[in-house]
Amino acid sequence: MIELTATNSAGIAAELVRARKKAGSPAMGMVMTLVIVVDEDQAHDAMESAREASQEHPARVLGVILGDARGHSVVNAQVGTGAGWSGETALIRLKGEVVRHCDSVVLPLLLPDSPVAVWWPTDAPQDPAADPLGSLAQRRITDAAAATRAKTKAIHHQCATYAKGNTDLAWTRITPWRALLAAALDQYPEKVLRASVTAERISPSAELLVAWLNDRLKVQVVRKNSDGPGITEVVLTTRSGDISIDRPDGKLAAFISPGQPDRPVALKRRTVPELLAEELRRLDEDDVYAATARRLVKLETKK
Amino acid sequence: MTTEWVNPLRDPEDRRMPRIAGPSGMVLFGVTGDLARKKVMPAIYDLANRGLLPPGFSLVGYARRDWADQDFAQIVHDSVRAHARTEFREEVWRQLSEGLRFVQGDFSDDAAFDKLRRTIEELDEARGTGGNHAFYLSIPPKFFGDVIGQLKEHGLADPAAGSWRRVVVEKPFGHDLASARELNAVIDNVFPPESVFRIDHYLGKETVQNILAMRFANNLFEPIWNANYVDHVQITMAEDIGIGGRAGYYDGIGAARDVIQNHLIQLMALVAMEEPVSFDAESLRIEKQKILSSVVLPRRLDLNTARGQYAAGWAGGEKVDGYLDEEDISNTSTTETFAAIRIDVETRRWAGVPFYLRTGKRLGRRVTEVAVVFKRAPHLPFTETSTEDLSNNVVVFRIQPDEGITMRFGSKVPGTAMEIRDVNMDFAYGGSFTEASPEAYERLILDVLLGDPPLFPQQKEVELSWKILDPILEHWAKQDASGKSGVEQYESGQWGPESAHAMLARDGRVWRRP
Repeated sequence: MIELTATNSAGIAAELVRARKKAGSPAMGMVMTLVIVVDEDQAHDAMESAREASQEHPARVLGVILGDARGHSVVNAQVGTGAGWSGETALIRLKGEVVRHCDSVVLPLLLPDSPVAVWWPTDAPQDPAADPLGSLAQRRITDAAAATRAKTKAIHHQCATYAKGNTDLAWTRITPWRALLAAALDQYPEKVLRASVTAERISPSAELLVAWLNDRLKVQVVRKNSDGPGITEVVLTTRSGDISIDRPDGKLAAFISPGQPDRPVALKRRTVPELLAEELRRLDEDDVYAATARRLVKLETKK
Repeated sequence: MTTEWVNPLRDPEDRRMPRIAGPSGMVLFGVTGDLARKKVMPAIYDLANRGLLPPGFSLVGYARRDWADQDFAQIVHDSVRAHARTEFREEVWRQLSEGLRFVQGDFSDDAAFDKLRRTIEELDEARGTGGNHAFYLSIPPKFFGDVIGQLKEHGLADPAAGSWRRVVVEKPFGHDLASARELNAVIDNVFPPESVFRIDHYLGKETVQNILAMRFANNLFEPIWNANYVDHVQITMAEDIGIGGRAGYYDGIGAARDVIQNHLIQLMALVAMEEPVSFDAESLRIEKQKILSSVVLPRRLDLNTARGQYAAGWAGGEKVDGYLDEEDISNTSTTETFAAIRIDVETRRWAGVPFYLRTGKRLGRRVTEVAVVFKRAPHLPFTETSTEDLSNNVVVFRIQPDEGITMRFGSKVPGTAMEIRDVNMDFAYGGSFTEASPEAYERLILDVLLGDPPLFPQQKEVELSWKILDPILEHWAKQDASGKSGVEQYESGQWGPESAHAMLARDGRVWRRP
């Protein structure tokens, strides 16, 4: 890692080229730019997650730490390649007036033509698509479950301001649940009469699962509380009985269905790098998430 | 179940959601074999780990060993531990291990097949496999007849209404056209064609799709993909290892039957075929069959084929035995461990563009690639000295290891003198798209369980490939019979016999060092 102090975008770009040459590999196989907007104390973990995700999606990763917006502008950066990264990385610290114009720092550093994803590992802007950095990106990834402020409402805000390209890791987390529930209905091609989702009290993923089931099945979906971790049980009630997936420990679930023996099925809670890698696999609009987000907002206003 | 019913939780737009196989199980014949332990079992675990196997998935092992279910579970456990692609997780193992069963017997044992039937019925009952079972024949082809006959006799091949039975066979699919037809007749008699899955474990679906995407999703390559621009094509599959312990299988088969007939000819078809009207299995097959049926062999087979056996020597820093010194190989064996052939494709697109196919054991390094070598620019407005280091442009599909694409073209050497030199530009799928392309076996097993029509060859293609190879095999057999064997010894760790190099030199070309 090379430290650059009191620099600018051109300085960072030049250092990226120099670092690439020094690594002995002038060719670039990078497929996107990933911008991470993060606080100083979360920066290390977030960059580590991005490093793991970059194994699957070689990217130029730009960590942006927004400091205090008062006073004299300073741009400092740490630039590097290699060491477990399958791309390039720069961690950029902004202070002073430039914080309000952070997009001017990032824009010249985007890879030509390739897609841009921006990720807020903890607190996201109310409307990511309107955010200066968010508006540079095709993919805007938030994580309602990691919000430190207004936790219970975070997913509602995200759904209310949904725009094409937005997504939330709370949604990514329930992909295996959704796949398993869909597979369960493949086996019991019957009308679902009602459903329930049990999860810990604050669980954006559970809210999304309720909205998704409600949107797809057009039946009432009851939300129940448990001690977690995460989502612990989903029940689909059909005329022949309850199909349920019960996961008390966050790892191994039991698949219980009418007239069949209970079967264990591995359903592990995934790590952030895995979620991020899934998220970066598709950069077009996620229509199903869009519909689910709309439904969640509707359900909320009905309450 | 009515056909009208649509699962409300499924949406074609929902591309995030993986497809999980429906209730099903698999019966594995030949559990002690190398492929079963190194590929099939780990692939099943990897599928389970990725959450793609149905809850209740069951695996029944069938072999002669006197084992209990637990012994079989131990074998699977060890093989998963040693060879799985994904991390070992206790809860995944628990899900999988509850569905492991073992049936002891040989392939003619009626009582054992009865027991197999009862085991499957018990699984349907206790694990909810729903009567859906795939039979994976990881056994030598000479036993196919026995096993398939037994499956039929004991009612294992007939699915109950609303369920399925499928069979998976591995290459080699016969050893010439006649035997391939015989083999097919045996299988065809019992299983309908759409229930037969032939696996070529060298050629993953991922690879096939990568080649198709590169060729038909881009506008950059297709215009030059023809005899106007292409000089010739080289398809290579090289292994750095010898035959290992596979003498019994390998001797009498040889490199051409083992690799060229299926793998290299399939690669040739994918690179040379016209654009299919769609990407379903059927359209793809039509195009591949067209190109295979337009293949002709050169008239002088003696000048356009080469074969060899590796000799004792040093390979990769290790002292190695020659083929004739390997255990259980007769020292008069004429089985080739290296084979190279030239074929021509008589279509408008490819007329005059030879395809050179070569494969061998104990070559310089392990690599599989397809190199499309272009003609030189018709006019070079540079002095001869400045382009001395410039050769033909090449586009290389690297199949393994590090799957990807390499382009080779001329570029100016920095400096005041005008000097043009070949440079390589590599694109690695491994780096750019996925951490690890799902192994061929995972894709195939999932295809089998989902009932997806496979991209793997069907009988027609198998027969067409034998039609290409049979005359060459006959020519070689005639050479051997006349006592002037054309099998040449080649140095281990090098790039094959002299005759192979001479074969290209006669055409004014050279093999790439891959």
